[in-house]
Amino acid sequence: MTLCDLSLAEARDGLRRRDFTSTDITTDCLDAIAALNPKLNAFVTVTAERALEQAAQADRRLAAGETAPLLGVPLAIKDLFCTEGVRTTAGSRILGPFVPPYESTVTANLLRDGAVFLGKTNMDEFAMGSSNMTSAYGPVVNPWTRHGDNAQLVPGGSSGGSSAAVAARLAPGATATDTGGSIRQPASFCGIAGIKPTYGRCSRWGIVAFASSLDQAGPMGRTVRDCAIMLASMAGHDPKDSTSADIPVPDFEAACGRGVKGLRIGVPREYRSDGMSPEIEAMWQHGLAWLREQGATLVDVSLPHTKYALATYYIVAPAEASSNLARYDGVRFGLRQDGSDLQELYENTRAAGFGAEVRRRVLIGTYVLSAGYYDAYYLRAQKLRALILRDFTEAFEKVDALVTPTAPTAAFAMGEKMDDPVTMYLNDVFTVPANMAGIPGLSVPAGLDSAGLPLGLQVLGKPFDEETVFAVGAAIERAAAFATLPSLRAGVAL
Amino acid sequence: MALDPATVRRIAKLARIRVTDEEVTRLQTELSGILGWIEQLNEVDVSGVAPLAGVSHQRLPMREDVVNDGGKADAILANAPARVDHFFTVPKVVE
Repeated sequence: MTLCDLSLAEARDGLRRRDFTSTDITTDCLDAIAALNPKLNAFVTVTAERALEQAAQADRRLAAGETAPLLGVPLAIKDLFCTEGVRTTAGSRILGPFVPPYESTVTANLLRDGAVFLGKTNMDEFAMGSSNMTSAYGPVVNPWTRHGDNAQLVPGGSSGGSSAAVAARLAPGATATDTGGSIRQPASFCGIAGIKPTYGRCSRWGIVAFASSLDQAGPMGRTVRDCAIMLASMAGHDPKDSTSADIPVPDFEAACGRGVKGLRIGVPREYRSDGMSPEIEAMWQHGLAWLREQGATLVDVSLPHTKYALATYYIVAPAEASSNLARYDGVRFGLRQDGSDLQELYENTRAAGFGAEVRRRVLIGTYVLSAGYYDAYYLRAQKLRALILRDFTEAFEKVDALVTPTAPTAAFAMGEKMDDPVTMYLNDVFTVPANMAGIPGLSVPAGLDSAGLPLGLQVLGKPFDEETVFAVGAAIERAAAFATLPSLRAGVAL
Repeated sequence: MALDPATVRRIAKLARIRVTDEEVTRLQTELSGILGWIEQLNEVDVSGVAPLAGVSHQRLPMREDVVNDGGKADAILANAPARVDHFFTVPKVVE
């Protein structure tokens, strides 16, 4: 037992009781990172010195009796959040030399609440991927392995470094972002919890932009309650992001204890169609049975445009990305590859700086926005998006939340699903609709497959009703009593 | 829909990404595959549906039209790959 084994809530409470210091737990996390990161590659940058300074400062504040919500709690930060004075790469070569002179609003909120930052976690380049294989800083290894098989598995993506770090107990919690499933799918693959809140709940200011109408920050933790605690600090109105919601942040932690008695839980029939594996189907049925046993009513609902969400996403997200990534031109920041004229400088810089998946998506986005194709692709996708949102709006007239599997499979091995881009895209089939509609979605570990790998259930809620999502997620978590640990984790001899 | 090499080159030019001949061939296959998969959206009747660009629940707020930030030239230029004093520099664009 090391302090790395503590949940975020336990760490917070232990620090307040002065059972141990922030320096103690931060040192344990940094030691675990030093021991395991060479295997996992979960961190791109470890800020050990800065973390110990922040911990020492937190200890002085704790000794003075202060009780900021996360005072002294060590966290890992996805390398998509700009951190003042600490290199921020977004998993890309093009941002390799970039040191932001400012702090993102979400990380500033966490620092305001007393958190200690251990370092920046690895991710798919510009958050484009479902495996963490597109990072310019090498793939992340999932701390889980199949029974009797040493094949290295992917942690999911794009927040694969954050999910691997939390699962392997290198940090009690981590920030992440979700544009099409990048919090929920890696949470499912690594046997942890993670929530993408409602679009607008967290400020996007200072987060490297991928698809601005879909991007949303959220937390990853080993328990639903840990996610609730972190989200309360991350969320809140920010005048610097005009889409951030000017509404109060509720007590998410309290909502975890509400229970599900009397709630109506929707089961969308279209999520069953695509030749779902019997193991995923069984886990889903278990989850629904647990909720019924705890007093919820199950309701069959239809989301008829579900099957079009993924293709719609692969127009909308690349279109927005091609616009957002226009800023990487080799002039103001980041990598520069010289050329004989300005045009050549741009082209050389972007060819050298962007990896294959990012180049593909920028090209698709450029194409669907180009003259003559805009109506056929982008405008049609925006209309499909309206229909997808309408499906959810109508379903939420009948139910309080929806429960589905998070991903169509458990974690796959590195190199699998790499043959063509569309096969990889299919990973996000259950998660993308929530981004299109802007609604909150949480993944909670619900069981293991026959190879011993974790599987997650997804809870979707009404806009700005994360409280019900947390209540349902916590109810599944209590019933699942998921206690299996990954083979690679802090405190276990290698 | 299959893209021809000229179209791939035209998109790459618009996107300011240099592509080699070898890459054009591979991108033709990959991009055509993605666009072909996307064609499934054509089976949906979208007539009369208003396009949805985003799902923000916020009305765009107004603020006072005053300068509220600035004077940070050093911080802004700190990450410049090439600079002279307080200027970004690029290859000569005017003869």
